[in-house]
Amino acid sequence: MTTFFDRRRTLRSHACVVLLTVLVAGCALGPSRDDPFEPMNRTLYQVHDAVDTAVVKPVAQAYIDVVPQFIRSGFSNVFNNIDDLFSAVNDLLQGKLDKFGDDMGRVVLNTGFGLGGLFDLASMVGIERGMEDFGQTFGVWGFPQGPYLFVPLFGPTTVRDGSGVLVRVALGPVGYIPNVPVRNSLYGVGYVDLRAQALQTGAVIDTAALDRYLFIRNAYLQRRRYLVYDGKPPPEPEEP
Amino acid sequence: MVINPIAPRSAALVLLLVAALWGAVPVARAQEAPDAIVKRVATDVIATIKSDPAIQAGNEARIRDVLETKLLPNFDFARMTALAMGKNWRSATPEQQQRVTDEFRALLVRTYSSALNSYRNETIEYKPLRMNAGDTEVTVRTLVVRPSGAPVQIDYSMEKKADGWKCYDVIVGGVSLVTNYRDEFNDQVKNGGVDGLIKTLADRNRGVAAK
Repeated sequence: MTTFFDRRRTLRSHACVVLLTVLVAGCALGPSRDDPFEPMNRTLYQVHDAVDTAVVKPVAQAYIDVVPQFIRSGFSNVFNNIDDLFSAVNDLLQGKLDKFGDDMGRVVLNTGFGLGGLFDLASMVGIERGMEDFGQTFGVWGFPQGPYLFVPLFGPTTVRDGSGVLVRVALGPVGYIPNVPVRNSLYGVGYVDLRAQALQTGAVIDTAALDRYLFIRNAYLQRRRYLVYDGKPPPEPEEP
Repeated sequence: MVINPIAPRSAALVLLLVAALWGAVPVARAQEAPDAIVKRVATDVIATIKSDPAIQAGNEARIRDVLETKLLPNFDFARMTALAMGKNWRSATPEQQQRVTDEFRALLVRTYSSALNSYRNETIEYKPLRMNAGDTEVTVRTLVVRPSGAPVQIDYSMEKKADGWKCYDVIVGGVSLVTNYRDEFNDQVKNGGVDGLIKTLADRNRGVAAK
């Protein structure tokens, strides 16, 4: 992991390559099928599910059981504050100046008066999170979403969203922290924190799904489409 | 006529007042506005859950009882099932349609009660209803604000039926509950026919884990 994030420049050029792949893949496949690699993805999902059930989920559950709510909220808020800054960047890239004002206002308020983001004062006064990311920006720019991918330990994504995540990771800021143990601890806590937040959703999926792979895929793709269109997606084209 | 006392300035109240001014009071009950129904039912269900010690203690049978009597009469499960099955709905016999509907309904109730189990003092904000006079389909938009975590938008697709407005889809954060099942239902029918779908749904409802 260390060397991977040390070579940020390489990662950036990788991100560019992936971006090109998005365009090529999008053109080659057309809009008919979202998941051309379903057999491979299903295998990767099974790997993910096995590791998640054996290790990640129990760790996330222990995190909830052991760490008090206010400390967990503090961690979530700090990570959210960083994401809000990137949301602001993506607001600009998408030309959404209103949202940019909200997200920057959130970052300034929470960083300045919320102890570096430990407290989410902005939400308390009703400034909503923009929740924009690079994947959505690519979507707004008209890049096709490309094939759906299930990445073990990471979860559902698409070529477009995955490219966005690579750009986001390459830009940091956690990657710039020079102390390797501190940096890796932050990655670890951030990861467990995210997984812990998803435990409830996971329980609902376990009850609701006939086939968890399909349920997660469809929910993910619907959700991302909704986010790209800022909560007002046009009606889905009818299946042929 | 039931008017929710908690939100006197709601669009629903204005609608009902307008109806009253037009002398339409006798039919107002049957034609309760769609957003008024959502608000009345949600308020009622949440109040019941909060005040019932058995539910607080995690009694799932009691939660289901509340859902059966208060929530489910407002849903159109046949339409939900037809939407989730897509073209396979038309190729199913009326008996099969009924059985899929019953099993799908049971699955949704199980899901709903497990979700309600994690209910933690969320508050619901109701967005203004955009609806024209002759509309027979509307979307009621709500925002569920949680004590921790991001707020979630929950929308209800409603259709005007002979016995009032009925909900045929719930869209949670952009994820339609009904269309989310389309691929799964399709898959089941492709592999085992409509009876295969019925069997899988019945198995899930008996607690057999999903693959």
